[in-house]
Amino acid sequence: MVDQHFSMDAHGMTKHIVILGAGTGGTLVANRLRRLHTDEDVRITVVDQDGEHLYQPGLLFVPFGLAHGDKLVRPRQDQLNRGIELLQVAVERVDLADNRVVLADQRTLAYDVLVVATGATLVPGETDGLVGPGWMERVFTFYTLAGATALADALAHFDEGRLVVNVVDMPIKCPVAPLEFCFLADWFFQRRGVRDRIQITYVTPLDGAFTKPVASKMLGSLLKEKGVEVVTEFNTGTVDGAGGHLVGYDGRTVDFDLAVVVPLHGGADYVARSPSLGDELNFIPTNEHTLQSRVRPNVFVIGDAAGLPASKAGSVTHFEGEVVCDNVDRFLAGAELVDGYDGHANCFIETGFGKALLIDFNYDTEPLPGHFPYRIGLPLLEESRLNHLGKLMFEWVYWHLLLPGRDIPGVGSTMPRSGKRLVKTHQEVKA
Amino acid sequence: MIDTMMAPTVTLAGLTVDVNEEGFFLQPEQWAETMVPELARAEGIADLTDRHWQVIRFMRRQFEENGTGPTVRVLGKTSGVSIKELYQLFPKGPAKVAARIAGIPKPRGCI
Repeated sequence: MVDQHFSMDAHGMTKHIVILGAGTGGTLVANRLRRLHTDEDVRITVVDQDGEHLYQPGLLFVPFGLAHGDKLVRPRQDQLNRGIELLQVAVERVDLADNRVVLADQRTLAYDVLVVATGATLVPGETDGLVGPGWMERVFTFYTLAGATALADALAHFDEGRLVVNVVDMPIKCPVAPLEFCFLADWFFQRRGVRDRIQITYVTPLDGAFTKPVASKMLGSLLKEKGVEVVTEFNTGTVDGAGGHLVGYDGRTVDFDLAVVVPLHGGADYVARSPSLGDELNFIPTNEHTLQSRVRPNVFVIGDAAGLPASKAGSVTHFEGEVVCDNVDRFLAGAELVDGYDGHANCFIETGFGKALLIDFNYDTEPLPGHFPYRIGLPLLEESRLNHLGKLMFEWVYWHLLLPGRDIPGVGSTMPRSGKRLVKTHQEVKA
Repeated sequence: MIDTMMAPTVTLAGLTVDVNEEGFFLQPEQWAETMVPELARAEGIADLTDRHWQVIRFMRRQFEENGTGPTVRVLGKTSGVSIKELYQLFPKGPAKVAARIAGIPKPRGCI
């Protein structure tokens, strides 16, 4: 006499979690969820179009010969715990209505829960002329490994003229990286003894060096100190690689001898092919605090793929991981989700000459001076050698703690308030 | 919200509205379409065309749906007006100028 309710076979009880993307977010969520559940309870499948995991924070250092491409790449499979299936195939589309993913080879994956972790994609083709004449000759990007490597060669032979660093438009991955590039270029050209013959110009669509007021002033004065000219509110319409100038939509032009451009970003291509999944830029509308998508209750989003008012950065992805896993569990158990994510972001900003700044902020609190994570700790919004060492150490932390989905000692997923000077700070920042 | 300074106010179509130091509305619900011609003139736009109105109304709708105004890039993709034309209509920067005229806060597209 078996009750009908309890006669489901073991397979029927097993929930299938499908994770799209085996980058930072997909890998750490897969590993965390694998530890939380037995193979009988949960089957985990991760899909990625290629087999190589790139340590993206390392790209900044490649153009200056401070890092080499082959050291930044490891097999994706090796970052995933046992019991996680990795399929190396592109995604054709997601059918939300049928709870299934259609793969490029026409196989389909039915899911109980889908985690979208396919990050942001560069769309240089959306800017007139960017990939035309001069691309990878005098117009480069360091946001790809090929670009960063080609740029290293160009920079090594650049002895005089105007270097222009341009962000076409927000959002971009790691919004501080283009500033770091300027700081490191200043250091690099000084070390090569050619700095006085090179003009460095930072061209941004923003009305200041950075998005948040206190950090923007601080970083703006640092650019000034290092002799970097800043052109603000410039919306690049055309990149003329042959003629050597950027043309803004408002008619302004900026001439260059060498241009380093951060192209427009969008979500992954398959998002556009998936009905009702993404917004106009192919990012996924997502609840800011639960990280559940706004398109379906059984779809969660982590990292750069999410359309959130948070930076597209590895630290954000890391802090989101705990909340995504918690809420996936709660969803499977039929429990209420937690509003666990506060927008916490934390970035080291390399400023050259072996120093770095650290900023720490969330949805409500902009980057402020003080110390992290406590009153005793790394200095915030202030150049120091300790922060530079922190930045270098982060690479080890990334492969050994962050991707395995382990907590970093002393660094919680919500922003610490102790140690920050949460007072009116505008006067304190050097003008 | 602003406790350290007196928020400036301006009078538009006979009504007093609160704006910030950059001229963005602090309380979008204080806005009315009757204020648009005056707001546009203040931005140097004397001739309001149907195309201007299309963008202004689109900004307003986007804000009501998403809680923030769109960036120039999103405007170009979704408003039915190309980025080139947007700059012809609002030469000083479509996203900011149209946001001010539409009575919505500064677009936060930039994170």
